[in-house]
Amino acid sequence: MLDKALKGGKKYWTLVIILAAMSGVGVLTYLQQLKYGLGITGMSRDVSWGFYISQFTFLVGVAASAVMLVIPYYLHHFKKFSKIVILGEFLAVAAVTMCMLFIFVDMGQPMRIMNVFLYPTPNSILFWDATVLSGYLLLNITIGWATLHAEKRGTAPASWVKPLIYLSIPWAVSIHTVTAFLYAGLPGRHFWLTAIMAARFLASAFSGGPALLIILALIVRKNTKFDPGKEPIQAVAKIVTYAMIANVFFILLEIFTAFYSNIPGHMHAFEYLFAGIEGHAKLVPLMWTSVVCAVISLFLLIPYKFRENETLLIIACITVFISLWIDKGFGLVIGGFVPNHFGTVTEYWPTAKESLITLGIWSIGFLVLTILYKVAISVREELGTAKSEY
Amino acid sequence: MYNGGKIIAGLIIFIALVTFPFYTNMGKTIEKPADLAAAPDELHIGDLPIGQMRAEHMMLLDKWRDEVVRGGQRYITYDGDEYEKSIQNGCLACHSKQEFCGKCHNFAGVNPYCWNCHYSEEEGLL
Amino acid sequence: MKIDRRKFLKLASCTGIGLGLSAADIFKDTVEASSGHSAVSTAATRYAMVVDVRKLQTAEEYQRIVSACNKIHNIPTLIPEKDDIKHEIKWIWNDTYGHAFPDQVNYYHPEAFKQKLFPLLCNHCDHPPCVRVCPTKATFKRPDGIVQQDMHRCIGCRFCMAACPYGSRSFNFVDPRPYIEDKNPEYPTRTMGVVEKCTFCSERLEKGQQPACAEASNGALVFGNLNDPESEVRKILKSNFSLQRKPELGTMPSVFYVIGGEEYAG
Repeated sequence: MLDKALKGGKKYWTLVIILAAMSGVGVLTYLQQLKYGLGITGMSRDVSWGFYISQFTFLVGVAASAVMLVIPYYLHHFKKFSKIVILGEFLAVAAVTMCMLFIFVDMGQPMRIMNVFLYPTPNSILFWDATVLSGYLLLNITIGWATLHAEKRGTAPASWVKPLIYLSIPWAVSIHTVTAFLYAGLPGRHFWLTAIMAARFLASAFSGGPALLIILALIVRKNTKFDPGKEPIQAVAKIVTYAMIANVFFILLEIFTAFYSNIPGHMHAFEYLFAGIEGHAKLVPLMWTSVVCAVISLFLLIPYKFRENETLLIIACITVFISLWIDKGFGLVIGGFVPNHFGTVTEYWPTAKESLITLGIWSIGFLVLTILYKVAISVREELGTAKSEY
Repeated sequence: MYNGGKIIAGLIIFIALVTFPFYTNMGKTIEKPADLAAAPDELHIGDLPIGQMRAEHMMLLDKWRDEVVRGGQRYITYDGDEYEKSIQNGCLACHSKQEFCGKCHNFAGVNPYCWNCHYSEEEGLL
Repeated sequence: MKIDRRKFLKLASCTGIGLGLSAADIFKDTVEASSGHSAVSTAATRYAMVVDVRKLQTAEEYQRIVSACNKIHNIPTLIPEKDDIKHEIKWIWNDTYGHAFPDQVNYYHPEAFKQKLFPLLCNHCDHPPCVRVCPTKATFKRPDGIVQQDMHRCIGCRFCMAACPYGSRSFNFVDPRPYIEDKNPEYPTRTMGVVEKCTFCSERLEKGQQPACAEASNGALVFGNLNDPESEVRKILKSNFSLQRKPELGTMPSVFYVIGGEEYAG
């Protein structure tokens, strides 16, 4: 089926070439990092994780969110998702690929990456994260490919696919729970040391991921014969709405606990992120952008009249995505490191090279996504089943 | 031939890539290390015949490094004397990094990353 | 199953007693845990350090301790000014009480005490979070209590730096070699991309020597076996009031600070 990716129109090849070029820039910049070390990034002794790990954290959520389509379709036989579910699975594949690349570029000694499996260490959450992520990648690429292949031949998927689909459901929850545990189990990092970290992660994942999926589905519909259908999009929009409400609610819970208890360590990170500490306020404009986007998105999502309008829906999805990308792909990780263990502030801001590498990985991810979507869409265009009946 | 041009171009690129190590080293002569003084069946510290030491010293170093760093077993007694299992304080106490280690490594075209951390006094930090 | 009144009361009282007992157990644990340093390690040797800051007065005395470590371990001290804070490598350094014990500050500490410096280093915790999180066992706890770092195995993920609540770990963001001032040919440098920290001078202990900082401190830093009641560290801890950094985190540090008292008055 991969041959479908080699035959495409002008639009397709333009997109592929742009993404490939941006990936290439990222790879070349990475070679510099390999030579000079992580010193080319904005990370420091005090803020020892930065853009790479925060992007990884955000994208684990995008990957996990495929389960929001798999559960209704396979567990509840919600037939309206029949066309869109493959988009979710392939989005998960691209997202996990990016996650792994972000972990890889964050390592000081990438040549030694196999040490994680040569010296398996079950007490380390990072060991489990590497394990569940690899598993999730395999699961999704297998399931997506096998179901699409069966569809192409007009048969039902092989009998071994069903158990894998069921397995992928708790597995999706596990990847994001384990990722939350990376942070939630560290003594002395008050911002992260919260029992609802995994719940927050899942809520933000289940709104941010499906929001991205809606955006992608609408782009695909505009540019190809593929149409996931109006009702399925509305069903996903409902998922985005409720998950976003839960996410905002969870953040408010954190703020209550920190400020009502009045414990300095618990308040510091919020103060730094939203007001700045002693003039150190690099993240403040970003964090308020996130808040404003969250408010706008809820305003557009909650009244069903608004979200049924696809123009408003797409604005809502973009604001959800921006809000969560800032909150999780920036604030969450950096906020945990500021102020540092001595009560002083070292700020972090990504460097240009670090941003190019980050952009390069996103491009690789979207290249993978473009190719996978192209295959899926071409198969259905040939079968004449590209249009959803809902 | 169907798509002949593309296939031939692809083949040429493939061959150029595969033969990269050959033409980058072309024209360079690297002196073969002279015959070494010690006979292969003499014993080295650690009870390994020198011939085996030449071929497998990296495995021994790997084992020693775990014993020292992870096991705290820094010393080895051999023939009544105590030696330190250490590149800088052990190996280089007798062998010269450039003359002894370097010559063979150059000839074999290997660049062990041991030297990223361990260094010799004669060379200093490179 | 039907439960009559009599049976219910019986069950209830049993449950009540059970709850009472287990609550008593919980409180017993709490009392022990909050006493800071219960004897967790039962090994014959558990290395520890007592820092008696009363014995440190001049800037030179403080600097001598840090320099001894820097020189012996080839610490890159010449990292350019602009990256200094970001890429700094340090195994032992001096900082104020407020930074060393940020949760135990009060407004009315004497000014002299607020200015007082404390040598800070890896605490070689009994429950080290860095060891718990390391995905490759590159950092591990030796039977004698030293938390060791295997720079050969470290993949540079920096999870340990996120986990260490004492800021005791440094990462080689760049190749450290150009920034080493005094080379010690008996000790390796580090390669780019690995994490490093104080090792309690394990290589010197094997030779029967004291850690470099202790040796250079004129008796202000005392190193010894915490599990030996006759050791000097135990004697000092027995006869002086001492503090550990962030004991509330349950890491059980092996570095103790004797802070003194009345000498700051005035």
